[in-house]
Amino acid sequence: MSFLNNYIYYIGAFGLIFIGLYIILVKRNLIKVIIGLSILDTGVNLFLISIGYVKRGTAPIFSRPGIEAARMVDPVPQALVLTAIVIGVAVLALALSLAIRLYQHYGTLNLRKIKEQRW
Amino acid sequence: MRKIIGLLLLGIVAWGIAVSLTRIPFGAPKTKVGRYYVDKGVPETGATNIVTSVVLNYRGFDTLGEVTVLFIATIGLGAVLTTGRRKKSERKIEPASLILYTGCRFLFPLILLFGTYIFIHGHLTPGGGFQGGAIIASAFVLIYLGCRGRRISELGSKLAESLGGLIFVIVGLVGLAVGGYFLINFLPKGIPNSLFSAGIIPIIYIAIGFKVGSELSSIIDKLVEETE
Repeated sequence: MSFLNNYIYYIGAFGLIFIGLYIILVKRNLIKVIIGLSILDTGVNLFLISIGYVKRGTAPIFSRPGIEAARMVDPVPQALVLTAIVIGVAVLALALSLAIRLYQHYGTLNLRKIKEQRW
Repeated sequence: MRKIIGLLLLGIVAWGIAVSLTRIPFGAPKTKVGRYYVDKGVPETGATNIVTSVVLNYRGFDTLGEVTVLFIATIGLGAVLTTGRRKKSERKIEPASLILYTGCRFLFPLILLFGTYIFIHGHLTPGGGFQGGAIIASAFVLIYLGCRGRRISELGSKLAESLGGLIFVIVGLVGLAVGGYFLINFLPKGIPNSLFSAGIIPIIYIAIGFKVGSELSSIIDKLVEETE
């Protein structure tokens, strides 16, 4: 039980990452692959945040006097994830736009059928 | 067959990661650099939100690169979606009901105000340019969903996007001219926990807020245009 207590965030984060990887490996529908990429992205973000966590830590903000610095969580992973989330949204939109164009060109979203077709 | 191979590969990867993760204790402080930022962040940068001082002061150049990635993704989306021959299909758009329309128009300025508050106070409270920009873009999503047929001005969004990027680079170059390296904090740091403090950090975060907000809104605009 203490194992679960200690590693539950890692398990959750890697659970999301493996779900995303599995979808990317197995599914053939392009939209599902993009959904898998998005889930993978979320898992990576959660993993980075959980690496920076400190037991009973507070947010790294000196919003009022009397907050001691020793109990703050690591700000570096939070700073990385902050930008990664917004970039993830933009990249997701780019992937979806490519999917729209592929569908208009080939008439299908099935990756296997797209591979069989000629230009 | 494909599923079995996939699961097998994932199992191997998962085993390797599990072995290495048991060496990383959860909840213990790990990096020395994070400790340094927390201890020295407020006197060195003037921003009470340490995450903001990491994003824009210690790792400001890195953030410029990330903003560029966002910019390139938006450009790529525009390039992909506008190259196709567009057929002028005048599809009839069903107008929204009065309650929906009025509610959207009532909420829109309030959401814009909230987003602006988030990115102006980025150095004091949780938030900043990226989050505020995302909130502003959500206001435009509301307009696109509720008030059908209304569009953002393309010129305005391009202008806000370019100005945001330009201000970021110009502030960095002024730092190069004044202090000797790119993005040096050349303005006075002020009293911590007041609105006008932390030197260049609020200026850059306002620029990023405009840039992210206009970029995400233009992404939504292009996707909506594609479906019509």
